[in-house]
Order: sequence, then C-alpha cells, then structure tokens
Amino acid sequence: MAEKKIGVFLCQCGGNISKTIDLPEVQNFVEGKDDISVVQIHSNMCSGAGQKLIIEEAKDKGLNRIVIASCSPHFHEKTFRATMEKAGLNQFVLELVNLREHCSWPYKDQPEAATEKAKDLVLAGVNKVRENYSLEKKKIKMGKRVLVIGGGIAGIQASLDLADTGNEVYLVEKEPTIGGKMAILTKTFPTEDCSACIISPKMAAAQDHPNINLMTNSEIVSTVGHRLHFEITVEKKPRYIKPEIDMDQCLICEQCVQECPVSAPNMWEQGIMQRKAIYIPAALAIPFRYLIDDSVCLHFKDGSCNKCETICPQQVIDFSQKPEKVQFTVDNIIVATGYDTIHPSEKPMFGYDKLKNVVTGLEMERIVDHITEKPPPRPVGDKVAFIQCVGSRDEQTGREYCSRVCCMYAVKLASLLKQAKPEKDIYVFYTDIRAYGKGFEEYYKRAQQLGIKFIRGKVAELHGVPDSEKVLLKAEDTLSRQIIESEFDLVVLSNGLKPNDSTEKIVNFLKLTKSSDGFLQEAHPKYKPVDTNIEGVFICGVAQGPKDIPDTVAQASAAAARVMVTLAQKEFDVDPQLAFVETEICDGCGKCVAACPKDAILMKGGKAEVVEALCVGCGACLPVCPLEAIDFHNSSNSQMYASINGILAGKKPGETRILIFADNTCTYRLADALGIRKMKYDIDTRIMRVPSSARISANLILHSFKQGADLVILGDCPVASSLYPWSRDVTEQTMLAARARLAEAGIADERIFFSEFSAGDLQKFTAMINDLSAKLKQAEPITEEQRQEL
Amino acid sequence: MTKKIVLNEKTLAFQKKVEELSGENTAMCDQCGTCSGGCPFVEEMDITPAQLMRKVMLGQEDVLECDTLWICATCNTCTVRCPRKLDVSKIAEALRQIKLRDEINNLDINDLPKNVLKELPQIALIAALRKLSS
Amino acid sequence: MKIPYFPGCSLKTYASSFEKSAIASGAELGIEFVEIPRWNCCGVVSSLTSDDLMHHLAPVRNMIRVLEMQNDKIVDTDNKMLTLCSMCMNTLKRSNLKMQEHADELETINDFMYKEDQKYDGSVQVMHYLEILKEYGFAKIAEKVKVSLKGLKVAPYYGCMLIRPKEVGIDDAEEPTIFEDFLKALGAEPVDWRSKKTCCGSYLTVNKENIVVKLTGKILEDARRNGADLIITSCPLCAFNLDSRQELLQIRNPNFEPIPVLYFSQLLAIALGLDINKFGFENNKVDGMPLLKNKILNK
Repeated sequence: MAEKKIGVFLCQCGGNISKTIDLPEVQNFVEGKDDISVVQIHSNMCSGAGQKLIIEEAKDKGLNRIVIASCSPHFHEKTFRATMEKAGLNQFVLELVNLREHCSWPYKDQPEAATEKAKDLVLAGVNKVRENYSLEKKKIKMGKRVLVIGGGIAGIQASLDLADTGNEVYLVEKEPTIGGKMAILTKTFPTEDCSACIISPKMAAAQDHPNINLMTNSEIVSTVGHRLHFEITVEKKPRYIKPEIDMDQCLICEQCVQECPVSAPNMWEQGIMQRKAIYIPAALAIPFRYLIDDSVCLHFKDGSCNKCETICPQQVIDFSQKPEKVQFTVDNIIVATGYDTIHPSEKPMFGYDKLKNVVTGLEMERIVDHITEKPPPRPVGDKVAFIQCVGSRDEQTGREYCSRVCCMYAVKLASLLKQAKPEKDIYVFYTDIRAYGKGFEEYYKRAQQLGIKFIRGKVAELHGVPDSEKVLLKAEDTLSRQIIESEFDLVVLSNGLKPNDSTEKIVNFLKLTKSSDGFLQEAHPKYKPVDTNIEGVFICGVAQGPKDIPDTVAQASAAAARVMVTLAQKEFDVDPQLAFVETEICDGCGKCVAACPKDAILMKGGKAEVVEALCVGCGACLPVCPLEAIDFHNSSNSQMYASINGILAGKKPGETRILIFADNTCTYRLADALGIRKMKYDIDTRIMRVPSSARISANLILHSFKQGADLVILGDCPVASSLYPWSRDVTEQTMLAARARLAEAGIADERIFFSEFSAGDLQKFTAMINDLSAKLKQAEPITEEQRQEL
Repeated sequence: MTKKIVLNEKTLAFQKKVEELSGENTAMCDQCGTCSGGCPFVEEMDITPAQLMRKVMLGQEDVLECDTLWICATCNTCTVRCPRKLDVSKIAEALRQIKLRDEINNLDINDLPKNVLKELPQIALIAALRKLSS
Repeated sequence: MKIPYFPGCSLKTYASSFEKSAIASGAELGIEFVEIPRWNCCGVVSSLTSDDLMHHLAPVRNMIRVLEMQNDKIVDTDNKMLTLCSMCMNTLKRSNLKMQEHADELETINDFMYKEDQKYDGSVQVMHYLEILKEYGFAKIAEKVKVSLKGLKVAPYYGCMLIRPKEVGIDDAEEPTIFEDFLKALGAEPVDWRSKKTCCGSYLTVNKENIVVKLTGKILEDARRNGADLIITSCPLCAFNLDSRQELLQIRNPNFEPIPVLYFSQLLAIALGLDINKFGFENNKVDGMPLLKNKILNK
C-alpha cells in the first residue's frame, strides 16, 4: 500500500466548537506526526467553502485518508462521504470525530478539560483512519417478481396493486380458496355492506389477472433467503381433480357431491353446516373447483369407495395425485398471512368445549348469515349474550393487547340479529367499548337505539343449566355494583385475534422478528410501518397486528407501494459495513456459524464465509471467534484496538476513564441528544461508536482495561426496539468471558456491565454516569500490575 | 353515606399504605368485574371485590368497615383470573391487617360456645384465628 | 423410596384415617413416609402482607428439618418434602417460593433462626402426595389395583388450596385433571361437575357457619345432580365442611340426601386391596361403608 497521507480538518462549527475547545492547541497536538500531511481549521467544514478546502487539500497534498472533527456523524456523515467522492477518495477512508455533541456542547464550562478530551477523540480518529481501507458498495440487480404470502383481503389487495403496475406476482394461499377471513364474514361494520359482495370481485380479479400466478391449496415449504433475492419452494397439495388445463372437462354437475357418502363439518361455514368429502369450499370460492378432502374420504381411508370417480361423466377425478413442489425466484416478498381467532379453550371458564350454546364470533358470523333461512341451520334462542375481550386484554392468556375489532363485530352481529329478529333480547357484556374508527361511535349508538343492552362487566363464568341447553352467565354489572346471574339461550364469545402458525413458519423461514404481542414486527413503528428488518420483505394485514378491513386494505396498498419503490431502483446498494472472514486465519471451527442469528455464515472448504446478502451487520459473530479471524469492515479489530489506544491515551495519573461502547442506533444517539441539550456527564467518560454491543469481544474489553479504562459499559438498544434484539444475550456471554479474565487479575466484576439505553434516556444516562464516576473515584484504583496481567 | 369523594393527601396515604402492605398496584385495576362475577362469596358481601379494589384505589378508608374483607377466605378464584394479574386476596389481607394491627378483631374465641369449640377441627380454628384476630 | 413426610396437625387428630390410608397405600407402592422429626405447625394459612416475614418462619423451619434428614441420609429423595393436607402444602409452598424468589428475605429468616445449625437455602421441593403418585405413574398404579372401583361414580373435589394460586397449584387452576386421572387408574368413574373448584367456605366455618352451610349445600347438591356416589378430597378442612356440616343440612332440609366424603387415599387403599380395618373410616361422618360394600367390596 502507498504511503499513508492523512489530512485532519478541525471544524469550528461557527463557534459551537471553537468557543469551548482550543482548536489551535488541538492542531498543534496532532501536527508533526510523520503521516499527518496537513491539519486545517475552518469555520464550517460542512459548508461549500469547508468542503472545497478538504477537496483541494486532498488533491494538492495527495491525501489518502481524511479525519474530520466536527459534529456527530449522524448529522453530516452523508455530506462528508459525498465530499470524499468529490475529492476522488473512497468513502471509507474517512473518519469523523464528534467534537460538538460529545465534547464542546456538554462541557461548555470546562474549556480546558474539554480541549484535553478533544485531543483524545481526535487521536482516536487519527489512529483509526490509519487502519481504514477502501470498501466498495456492492450492487444487487432486481427484477419485478414478487411473492405475496396469504390470499386474504390483504394479500389480494397487495397482489392486485402490484400486478396492475406491471409486476409479476406469485400469490400463495394454503386454503383451497382465496378470500381469507373476510370472505367468511356476513356483513362488515359499520356500514353493514355485504362482505362477500365487496371481496368477491377482487377475488375474481386476482384469479383472472395476467400478472398474477395464483396458487391455492399451496404452502411455502422453504425460502432460501437472500436480500432482495429469494428462492422459493411451494408445495401444492393435491385436489384429486385433473389439472386446470383439463378444467373445461369438469362441468360442476354436482353428481359427485350427490354420490359422496361422507359427511364432514363445513369449516368454511365454521362447522354449523356439513359438507361432503368432495366439495367446493364456499359458494364464492376462487378457484371455483372441487377438491377431495383426503382426511375423511373413504377412498383414502380404506379404499372402500370410488363413487365420485365412477359417476363423473367427464372422468376428472384422479386419486393418484401427489403433492407437487414448485420452485421460483422473487425479488421482494409481502407477508400477508393473517391470523387465527383465539381458541376459547384458553378461557375454560366459558365452557366452550362443553356447552352447545356457547359459540365463537366467527361461528356467529355464519349463524347470522343464515338467520333468515327457514329453518335456519343453527337456530338462535330468544335471549342472547355477547362476551367481549375473550382471550385478549388478558394477562392470564398472555395476550395483553386489544384485538381492536371485537367491539365492533359484536355490535355488528348484535345489530344484524336484532334487525332480522327484533324480538330477540340481546346483551353485550364489555369492559370498554372501543368505537374509535370512522362511523363506529354512530354505529354503537344505533345499536343502543335498536334496544341492545350494553352491560359494563367482564363475564367471569358460564355454566350449563341442569336439564336444559341454556347457559348460566355470571358477571358483575360494575356500574350498578350488582351481580348478574342469568340464563341465556345463546352466548357468543367475542374472541380476539392471535398470530397464526403460518406466520410463525414464515418468521422462521425469513428470520423476521416479532413484537412482544407475537405479531410481526415492523422495521419502525412510525416511519417504516410495513417494512421489516429484512430488506425486500414487507408486511401487511393482521399478521402485523389486529386491524379492521379498511386499515388492512390501506396497509396492503402501502406494502405494495413499498415494493414498487424498492423495485423501481432496479439495483440495490448493499452497505459494505458487514462481517467478513480472514480466510488465512480461519481454522474452520464453526463457532461463528452457530453464533449468527441470521444464518448468514456458511462453511466452504473448511473455512467460514459470510453471505453478504444475508449479513445484517450486528457483529455477533466476532466475540465467539477464538482467532479473531472473523472481522468487521470499518469496525475491524485493528481499527478498534487503534481507536481504543487513542481514546485512552490522554489519561493522566489520578484520572479515571469510563469507556462506553455505544451502539450506533440508541446509545450513541443518546450521547448526541445529551450534547444537544448541553447536559453534562463526567468529562472523563469516553464514548466509542460501534454497530452494536454484540460486536465487542472480550479481547477488546480487556485491551481497554490494559490501556487504562477503569470501567467499561456496553450500551445497546432495549431489546423490544432493537435492530439486533439478540445483542444483549451475546454481550452477556462476552462479559462472562471477560469477567473471568478480570477475576484472575483481581479486578472486580462490576467494572464491566451492559445497559439498555434508548435515545431518550437522558436523565438515566447522566445520573448513572455521574454516580459511577463518583464511586470510581472513591474506589481502590486498578494497579498497573493488574492491567498488565490481563 | 355521602356521594362526595374528595381526593387529597389522606386518600393518597391510605392507598399507598394498602399498596405497600399488599404489594399490589391498585391503579392497575381495570374495574372489569371478573373478580366479583366469579367470587363464591359475593352474595354474602356488602360490597363486591371489584368495588373493594376501587375504594382502595381512591383511598376511601370506609372500605375498612366493610364485611367483604372478613368474608373473603382467600380462595384465590379471583387471583387466578384477574386479566391484570392483580391479587385481590392480598388487598383484602392488607385491609384485615390494618384493622387487626389496631387490635380490632373480627373474631373473639371467647364468644364461641364450648360445644362449638369442641367440635371444630384445629385446622379451622387456627386458620380463623390467624385471619380474623390479632 | 424414602421420603420426608410432613403430617401437620389434622393428620394426627381429626384426619387420622387420611394419614393411615396414605401411609398404608404408600407402603404398598414402595413409598415409605418418613415422618419429619420435631416438625411444627405450618401456620395453616399463608401470611400475605409484604412486611410480615415472621409467619414464614414456621414453614421454613420444617424445611430445615428436611435438609437435616437428607444430611443424615434417613431419606433418599432429592430435596422432596411430602404433604397430605392441601392447606399445609399450600402454605409450605408459598413460603418456600418466597424464600426462593427473595434472597434478602431468606437471609433475614436465617438470621432469625440463628440457633439452627442448618441454614435454609430454598432447595426443598414441597410436594403433595398426588404429585408423588403422578410421578410414580398412574398407569403403574392401575397395574397394582386389586379391587377395581369400576362402577363407582366419584366427584373429585379440588377446592382451592390444591390448585390456587397458580404458582403453587399442582395442576391447572381452571381445568385440573390430576384427580380424574387418579380415579381412572383405580377403575372409578370421575364425575365432571362445576363445583369441583368452588370454595367450601374454609375457616369461615368457625364464625360464619351459615355461609359455609349454604356453599357446601350447593356443592353437595351439584355432586348429587351429576350422579356422584361419593366425593373425594385431600383437605381436612374441606372434609370437615363437606362431611360434618351435612348434619346441619339435614336438620335444615329433611329431604337432604347425605353423600359420603372420603379422602382420596382411602379409595387408593381400598383399590390396592388393603385391609379396611387397618386404615379406618373413623373420621368420616357420613358413612361410606354401605355404599362401598354394595358397589365394590361385596362384588
């Protein structure tokens, strides 16, 4: 490599820095080292003039490394990276030193000490930049192929939006018909328009669209995940009807259905009606085709029956069909896997499994849908109760969240029933009526006008009434403070929504994260609501969290739009700040492979290899490598050691040093926020920016102590909001190893610890640091012998 | 009983006292009534368990005069059902303890006739004396 | 298996047939009850206020005895402590849990008991006899049944202390099945009834007899209505309320039909073919013998 020529640029920041820090002194401090070609001070490095100065100096002096000491990299990293390109230099031979937020602002009233601290920070930057090297941003090409998982209203809407804009969509649904839960609903709240009437044109459009490849009765069995490149395998379950090419042969003449001797519960009708073993899933099923349920069909049970095959005039029945695997590649994925309703067996005190006249919300949808038929398939008695919050808002089931739709679906079902049969006496037992949406409050009020009675009390128990099919209900009317113990003909459990197994499978395939409620976690709750932590994977519908139909449709269109934005870029930059393997050092022990939470490390030819498309840049593989063979671009071991040496270099006898490895997302930003507020914490603190606490190895911690650190804090985001929620566990392990070594040198455990910080924990941080530094100054210092023993 | 509640330092102090003794945070009570609806003793009580929780949350010391706290036998039916995982039985115990520590007993063994005392098993007597007297 | 056994006060007096039948059935299965030397009363009810540590002393002292028995090698079960009475089990378990979860309180308690040579460390596992039987295996018990209880309809009464609160319960708080599984192993038919976990009124039997009579009246009626021949329990206080209080029910309602209330271990002893005279029925107020003779023993 060519001779190192470093340029150091110190920014006054219009006085923000220079009024506190004596920059000429810092300049003197840096100047004169062999490889420092130039040290310049400027009033505003980020301004056109400041950038021009950097570019000109770089060209004049032939600089090949640049240090800019100015504000937080979260402010101007992008600006200065662009400056580097203009200067004809690689973006990654730049090092930014945060003199403003981390030094001049918080220590306005300690100019001399702040200047000393500034020297340490600049020296760390210079040390680091010596070890910097060029990195190239890799580009991945994208096509226009999108997989949509789940054929409910969310998946259908997203598919149509994408197909209409010219993308090639694979829509995969595990049920034999698309339509999802919405197709089961009778009418929708608050408008009471017929659910089937709204969704069936969309279902048909999805089937007919030339850009949509619809696969029903099919499940994803594997996804080989690459960022923005996914290889998908789908298993199509057999329908036992000859394939679509021959479809015109089946005339839907129904003779097979009439002949079939088997009767099974029609699950699309929620079991309130029966169907045959050969059946069409629903009146408006898409595709509108027969299939044979091999779990009940006698042919599959014991071979005793082939009546449908015999009677079929077109001979389309094919018992020999087997599951079939289909493989294809896509660039983006939308996960719209929907939900399950919470099974009432989670609340055994409601006796759903024992009492005939206790039904679920979805069962009631079908009951109400058929209520005007004569006779109705499932009669409803005269007195009906709805129980709200069954399974949700309940810590006993572990589901603290509100399912958001049950209040309104109960109001809807009660209203529909009351309108169809005004003589019914209907009660709704609730804790809170949450009528938050457009037109909801008015709808609730109309239900009250209809004479439906709302009782504020969560039902405690249901019991059978001896010698009767009635149900005894016990609750407190919390408004009158009386106990209600009354019999009902039918009790509807307004059961909440929960994540389903399909979502769980996809989470495992794609390594998505879940929020504490078990639903899919979005990349950011405010500004990335349909993105995930995996680039190219988007989410919508109830899989992300309970919501009603309008919200689901809006979110589905949002997810489709995000796919369009992503694919419109045609190719995609991969941030090169990722893990990599020094193959010459790697002995193939495989520890990093096991440690990687994203399965991004493979063994190839006895050596570990990082799959860049999968690596998310957390650094969790580094601490486990016994040889330091696995490393991290722009936060490499040599860069880290050099920085540590620099940042601790200025320690004078009698001083203490708290060294904080601050994760870039939360802890580092927190320190920035403190600077912005001019909030002071012990000036002997030194903060180093790292991708995550997981990246820090025991060796780096021990090296810090060797170099003079008296206390090491590893800061990272709270697990719930972390990009790398596993960081904490990785760090705990690292600390165990480091503590063992410290113990050998007689250094106390408490000198390393992990803390969760969010970017807003201002008071927590200052209080903690000030308390610790006070204690540290009282404590017996670590001796030089102890440090050398490490 | 007056319809008026004044929230002041006194009510706050009472709430805090009960919360400290019980270890339960009464502000977490959602007043859903699950405890009351399932309580096997509720018909015998003068105020419902949820009402008792409410009174403590609002620091109403008159809750100490209710029969409810002496009728609750810590059967824990409410404890295992509370959607907020609050333990009403601990609140009732704290209220009993406040009375008992003032030496206001609900049970005086001298009031029990000899023949009754004789037939009662010690398990019943010890439990009752522990819970209802100081 | 030699297991440290905590009897508690009732088992030595009012519920002696519970103890005798449990020990006899255990012996038949190879479970030897080794009575804890110098055991003391557990306090019956657990103290629930956060500032009252003193009442946890008594339970913890018994656990120290268990550790000593282990040290002396007179038992061979790892840290287990066997109880029969549901209330004892509940109180011991709750104190034990408190010690396991709060190291500071454990330290204070150990300081209180500075005269004990053995310190408590939270290592004892309090277990109910039913749990031990489950561990032994209901299927294995079924194999040892000599007198099948086939045709006997039994209402299992869990009450409160066996299953609540959840952290000390031996089974699911809402849908327990351990009694049912036990009964099936003996060949009996468990009755499904709503009152199986309804409180009997507990110690209110001392000063609020009316409440208890009302509650037990409903419980007994529910058992009858569901076709039970008899009720089983594992709590001497429940047994008193459900069994002895039937006298009062009979006085108040001449049509009241008494129903026998037995300890589960009595059924176990019968099923294992043990001599009834050896474990006795002297505590049971409503005589179950005619029913048992009629349905089981004379077959």
